[in-house]
Amino acid sequence: MICDVCQDKHATVYLTQIVDGQMKKVNLCEGCAKEKGVTDPTGFALADLLLGLGSDEKVGGAVDERFCEVCDFTHSEFKKTGRLGCSACYHAFGDGLDSLIRAMHKGIRHVGKVPTRYRATKHFTDQITDLKHRLKIAITDENFESAAQLRDEIKSAEAEFVRAKA
Amino acid sequence: MMQFNTILKNPAEWMLSTGPCGEIVISSRVRLARNLAGLSFPGWADEEDRMLVLNSVKPAIEELSEMRGAFSSDLRDLSAIKKQVLVERHLISREQAAKGPGSAAVMNRKQTLCVMINEEDHLRMQSIKAGLNLSSALKMVDKVDTKLEECLDYAFDNQHGYLTACPTNLGTGMRASAMLHLPALVLSEQINQVIGAVNKIGLAVRGLYGEGTEALGNIFQVSNQHTLGEHETEIVARLEKVVRQIVEHEQNARESLFEERRPMLDDQVGRAYAILRHAHIISTKEALNLLSMLRAGVELDYFSPDARGVIDILFMEIQPAHLQIRAGRKLGAEERDILRAEIMRDQLKTLSEPGRFPPSDREDPGSDTTTGGRVKPPEPPAENPESDRRGKGKDNDE
Repeated sequence: MICDVCQDKHATVYLTQIVDGQMKKVNLCEGCAKEKGVTDPTGFALADLLLGLGSDEKVGGAVDERFCEVCDFTHSEFKKTGRLGCSACYHAFGDGLDSLIRAMHKGIRHVGKVPTRYRATKHFTDQITDLKHRLKIAITDENFESAAQLRDEIKSAEAEFVRAKA
Repeated sequence: MMQFNTILKNPAEWMLSTGPCGEIVISSRVRLARNLAGLSFPGWADEEDRMLVLNSVKPAIEELSEMRGAFSSDLRDLSAIKKQVLVERHLISREQAAKGPGSAAVMNRKQTLCVMINEEDHLRMQSIKAGLNLSSALKMVDKVDTKLEECLDYAFDNQHGYLTACPTNLGTGMRASAMLHLPALVLSEQINQVIGAVNKIGLAVRGLYGEGTEALGNIFQVSNQHTLGEHETEIVARLEKVVRQIVEHEQNARESLFEERRPMLDDQVGRAYAILRHAHIISTKEALNLLSMLRAGVELDYFSPDARGVIDILFMEIQPAHLQIRAGRKLGAEERDILRAEIMRDQLKTLSEPGRFPPSDREDPGSDTTTGGRVKPPEPPAENPESDRRGKGKDNDE
């Protein structure tokens, strides 16, 4: 089996974590396992690794200098404390956070209580998210006819959303 | 406005009453985390922003009909010991007890509802009910949340739900938990198996005072891990189902200890009784663990059922800050251990020896109405090596 991180060496560390009945597996070579801190038995969570895989790999180990424009909170501060600076941080650090949230929770979309003032718009944003997701699939499948149709549907849904907000 | 001393004199409603499955489930709690839109979370906010949150949130909470005659205080105005008392009663968190400017807590008279301001999130509201009563705890706190929502602008987005300082609370912002007393699962060494199984289905098991605390007195808290992607009522229903299963396991473990390892059980309850009745110096840890055995003794008919009330209140009264409030001054560790033993001896003075209290319902359900035949004969001295080993082990622990 090949290491999931370097895609090169033979994997000797097999990690399995069960999150809400779903098994998540990662296979690592010794070097990558050490680098990711997997061999350190204190407080290792697969979530951290998934977060690492999601973001740091792309910047090639460079220090992540992202920060929230609203409150100046930095991404490295988040890694240190596990807490965010303000609600806008969820947008600022969106990419890395998504994989962390996915590993941490049952789903990635809120399905519970909605405050009254958001109730009118929730329907539209749900619809738009769904359409965008389908558009992505259509593009991957090179199904351009339905992609064009979906794009139009998104446009009209967004227009309705703006009207509803007003 | 309620005085702090009123809180002290009156045990919380959940401590006094017995809810569903009360012999095993001590209390049910539901906490909601909420933040105000456009302001930094308390951990990152400066003093000015924290005060802004306090000044907009506190009046809104105090005006709630649920909070009529409530106790409300800036945390800065409370002494360290008073704050610790609130922690011991599960009314504020250990984290909040250490917080700076702008932190406050508002709680109702019955101590069933408490809102913390500027803890990890701007608002953390919690309801506590006796026994296994998660859905009614949810209903209570949800109602308060809906009222507050009318005048406060919450940080919310349609994708992530309620936005919280820590991503682990995102979505519903809800943590539902049940506090369970599981002495038989501990004694029969099945507890780790149960914890493992519960963890696997996305629920957390923690000690008496939450994350990272020890399961003193065989008390465990079971709560949901996930807050995003599942509806509040689903989370609560799932948790309640699991808690019911744990309750069943504990009941079975109690039955089989009673039937198969009776000498060991007699020994544990007997030792707990003897030590608590006669000790003059006792630590919190030892006291809680022995009280746990007395509580188990009540459930297994070693004592009269009325004894449970006294025991449950002692669980709270012998904790360090409660002792110091009672003494009216700061006490050193040794002084606390002496006072604790004194309270125990006094409160348990009227508790008759274990094994005398009759109802042998479990052995002969037919004799329920007759009281004459319900006296258990004294047990012959035990020669069970298992119980011997266990008894000594316990001594060494303490």
